Amino acid sequence: MKNSIFVLWLIVAALLTFVAARLIDNAYFYFAGYVVLQYIALATAWNILGGYTGYVNFGIPAFIALGAYSTVVLHKLTSLPLIVMMLVGGIVSGLVGVGTGYLTLRLRGTFFSIATLAMAVVMQTLVTNWAFVGGSRGAYIIRPATVQYLGIDYIQYLFLMMLGLCVLTVGVARAIEKSRLGYGFATIRDDELAAEASGVPTLRLKLIATGLSGGFMGMAGAPLPYYVTYLDPASAFSLSYAVNTIAMPLIGGTSSWLGPILGAILLGTLQQVATVTISSALSLLIVGVMLVVFVVAAPKGIIGWFWK
Amino acid sequence: MDISFDLLGNALVSGLLLGGFYASVTIGISISFGMLDIVNIAHPAFILLGSYIAYIMNSNYGFDPILVSIVATPAFYFLGVAIYHVYDVSFERRGDTALRGLAFFFGLLFITEVSLTLIFGVDYRLVDAIYIGPTLHFGVIDLPLRLLVPALVSVAMMGILQLYLSRTFIGRAVQAVAQDPLALRLMAADPSRIKRIAFGLSIATASVAGAILIIIQPIEPSVGRDYIGRIFAICVLGGMGSFAGTLVAAIILGVMENLTATFFGPSWAPAVAFGFLLLTLAFRPSGIFGRA
Repeated sequence: MKNSIFVLWLIVAALLTFVAARLIDNAYFYFAGYVVLQYIALATAWNILGGYTGYVNFGIPAFIALGAYSTVVLHKLTSLPLIVMMLVGGIVSGLVGVGTGYLTLRLRGTFFSIATLAMAVVMQTLVTNWAFVGGSRGAYIIRPATVQYLGIDYIQYLFLMMLGLCVLTVGVARAIEKSRLGYGFATIRDDELAAEASGVPTLRLKLIATGLSGGFMGMAGAPLPYYVTYLDPASAFSLSYAVNTIAMPLIGGTSSWLGPILGAILLGTLQQVATVTISSALSLLIVGVMLVVFVVAAPKGIIGWFWK
Repeated sequence: MDISFDLLGNALVSGLLLGGFYASVTIGISISFGMLDIVNIAHPAFILLGSYIAYIMNSNYGFDPILVSIVATPAFYFLGVAIYHVYDVSFERRGDTALRGLAFFFGLLFITEVSLTLIFGVDYRLVDAIYIGPTLHFGVIDLPLRLLVPALVSVAMMGILQLYLSRTFIGRAVQAVAQDPLALRLMAADPSRIKRIAFGLSIATASVAGAILIIIQPIEPSVGRDYIGRIFAICVLGGMGSFAGTLVAAIILGVMENLTATFFGPSWAPAVAFGFLLLTLAFRPSGIFGRA
């Protein structure tokens, strides 16, 4: 399938989702659906680096929080539309991703992973000590009730924005998979030394992957302040973002764009249900256990059961 | 800035003691990451497990936390052996340690932390022992026993492990597997078995480290995360797997953190360790003593 046709199908799927949500017409559906969509975007973004090149990024909360806090700053200083804030959040966290990558990607892969973990804590310390964005007390964001020019509730608008971001990330991920860039990424994942020796510009490719991956995560985090309306460092940098975003592609399958989507829909929905019916701590425990079970017992993920 | 020498001296001394404690939390990683090349990011979670065991035995029966932790080391050893067995079968033999092996330990970290939260809640817990209150005074320098005892226990533990690794047959085999697993196999020794023992030892140190952690500070299930960056920073800076290097790097970090906390405020202290780690990885990945 050509990329343009694939994107067309994605847009149709996204519109159908929105129409279905309008038909259900329950505000809770948008709130729950937003989280699942956010995880589709995050899992797909993580997989661009993790699944395609094999480099594990643990600093997901840092990228999300970078996006979210750039929105907080823009909200305080300007009245830009949300889509511009998402772009800014994406650029900021993409640049931080490239910066971290530039410092550590020349080393072995595990050093990069540890550095991303470390980066999340440095960022959290900076934000906690930064009074302008609320410091450790957190920041309140007043969410407008409706969006005038579309005539819909703001939560529907957020839902729609996240749908758009999902189309964008999945479209880019799929386009990469079948491109020169994607094959370059795959050579890094399979044997970096051999790739380097055959003239693949590994560092540049890794930086591209880190930038794209981090940028999309920042975009996914940018609307977060409007969704939660109160953002504090502890919840913005929550480790549950990291474990979810890593678990979803690994459970769905890392080799294709479909894996993260499957994992995100499955785990995201399961968690929404478990949070309501059991408890949120227990639902996180389920995710952790599923992650360990899948990496041990089903290394190819769910799509590995169908595609041999 | 107006620097008071009393303040500076005390910050230096307590940083030194803090560094001694950091060495004990890092030594497990020096073995598993430094020698065996296993990126056990779940190590802090096992340390917290040790803290909570010390806490239960101390608050219910009044046992000494350090004594409890030493008694508990065999249990931790077998936990480590079991974990390494799963890791070996699932990842090392498949050659998939990079992505899924890391995710495995990340999952373990998360499971342990959430389980501890479900059992104990997020309240801060602490222990009681005779050496927690008093402080020795030498002129203007204060030596709180709460920091001095952990530092001494930590150095003693490192000494024993160093002796074990350099004097016994198995200990030498562990050092050999760190250098060249293939050569070990040619000597008719099983690298998997040696690594299992070494990984068990590394987890066993978490028991003692956990007990001295809860002596130094009150704990709740997520404090382990603050230590991930610290221990990897110390391990890398100390030259991966060298015990002497680990101790020196731990002391450097302890002193730097304490000076930062004293002169800029405690909320900046966590950034020191991680900033340190990022800079080390960026400019001196072979450690301060390594040959770059």
